[in-house]
Amino acid sequence: MRPAPSVILLTTLIGVGQGLFAALYTAQVFDRIGLIQGPTSPVFYPLGCAIALAFLAVGLGASFFHLGRPERAWRAAAMWRTSWLSREVIVLPAFMSCVFLYGMGHYLGWPQHRIVPGVDATLVIGALGIVLCALLFLCTGMIYACLKFLQEWHTPLTVINYLLFGSASGLMLATAYAAIVEPGVVRFFAAWAVGFTLAALVGRGASLVRNARLKPRSTLQTAIGVKHPRIVQSSQGFMGGSFNTREFFHDMSSAWMRSVKWMFLLAVFPIPLALLAAGLLGGVPALLAVAFLVQYAGLLAERWFFFAQANHPQNLYYQRIS
Amino acid sequence: MTQLALVIDLNVCVGCHACVTSCKEWNTSGAAGYLSDDNPYGKDPTGTFFNRVQTFEVGEYPNTQTVHFPKSCLHCEDPPCVPVCPTGASYKRKEDGIVLVDYDKCIGCKYCAWACPYGVREIDEHQHVMTKCTLCVDRVYDQTLPESERKPACVMACPTNARLFGDIHDPESGVSKAIQDNGGYQLMPEWGTHPANHYLPRHKQEIKVREEDLERVDNPLKVDGRLPKPALKSPSLDDVTSW
Repeated sequence: MRPAPSVILLTTLIGVGQGLFAALYTAQVFDRIGLIQGPTSPVFYPLGCAIALAFLAVGLGASFFHLGRPERAWRAAAMWRTSWLSREVIVLPAFMSCVFLYGMGHYLGWPQHRIVPGVDATLVIGALGIVLCALLFLCTGMIYACLKFLQEWHTPLTVINYLLFGSASGLMLATAYAAIVEPGVVRFFAAWAVGFTLAALVGRGASLVRNARLKPRSTLQTAIGVKHPRIVQSSQGFMGGSFNTREFFHDMSSAWMRSVKWMFLLAVFPIPLALLAAGLLGGVPALLAVAFLVQYAGLLAERWFFFAQANHPQNLYYQRIS
Repeated sequence: MTQLALVIDLNVCVGCHACVTSCKEWNTSGAAGYLSDDNPYGKDPTGTFFNRVQTFEVGEYPNTQTVHFPKSCLHCEDPPCVPVCPTGASYKRKEDGIVLVDYDKCIGCKYCAWACPYGVREIDEHQHVMTKCTLCVDRVYDQTLPESERKPACVMACPTNARLFGDIHDPESGVSKAIQDNGGYQLMPEWGTHPANHYLPRHKQEIKVREEDLERVDNPLKVDGRLPKPALKSPSLDDVTSW
């Protein structure tokens, strides 16, 4: 497949927004239970939600560039019974509203007014937000995982990796954000960020190993229904390009693919972790921001690779111009 | 239930592309709007087509067969492109099984093209919506056309009658009989899409000639042959010719 920049931006940016919101809510829950000394700055939650919303909104905006007819985008909510894309279109704005309400609640001081002992309105809204956050990861991942003949994507690992990558990058941002606004919770977020980054390494490693061993189920024999071991295309039927030759081929060499793979494996996992450790131990908060930026850049490469690696069976029909 | 479909006979397709041009001509002139082209006469021509004829070489030289292979939307009975559409623009008609795109609802997200293993959907780069073979739904029900012409444009154009059109759910229809009699098959059966369009396989064209077809064993004319052949010098009937 040819990776579309709009979809790469959408999936990575909303992942960061989701992860950041999940980080904020986790901090509040842990604080309420009494496991950590929670943030005291009044702007911590509202500003954090504003940043998460900004990532989600830019991601949503990027997705419009993928559409041929963006003015009709509202129609995409119609087929939620069958289409994961439609479900994502519904869950994303619902999640964004929850993040907005959650941040607004903190800004208006709702946590001081308990509904029942120990529980305030933001805790309830946040819980709903976490559910929607998880559903959004599920929808985003299932858009790709449900296409069974794109064998590289048709695995639960796709959904798991979307969840792990989004959470890891969001937690990385939360760490950098906390270093500026609320240094008391930096180590709490950093621990989560390290955990999710390592989990993502396991998940992505598993999918890389799986995909390297895939055997395509469709062959030229099944594509044209001729049972002969040697079939070559002598003409795809037209001499110029077409949608089929543009959309489904990335036209990059295998050396490029390999270098992108190693680039993202380095930029998403070891480098941000090293920067995180250096920033925490050396007491340089700027390094935490760099760690997030490097990991995000690595995620862009990871997403590019994710799309490019998928080998569409339609490519069997478009092999030779003559 | 009706399932309209094409049956394509690979034995007689000569790869002339008449179906491709006829399809383009009909569908670019229809009420649904044009099928755009870019640089049609330039260096890198590109355009929207619903139908393609591809060519494959099967076997190793000198024992090769050239297979011309027309490919358009197969109107799957379980179309993977339909449930993924977020707007409902991509749908399968209940009454005749034709898979269509509602151009007024399509947002051009291309998800359906990703979900089609056959690569038969093409986005129109200027109308910004997904387009595909309609099985000439605007021809096959058109009462103003004579009944013999209520067929897809590609079927009308085919000079060798390699394209048959009809209801594959009706066991008495010509297409059903063609599938049954010739072992018609579907493309990429491994994905469970159950394409409605079928292909009739190549079979080896061989003329079997037996000795007795050329010469009858009981040919009465050969009875003479059993008589001893007269010598060259022996007198003949007219005294001129010899046996």
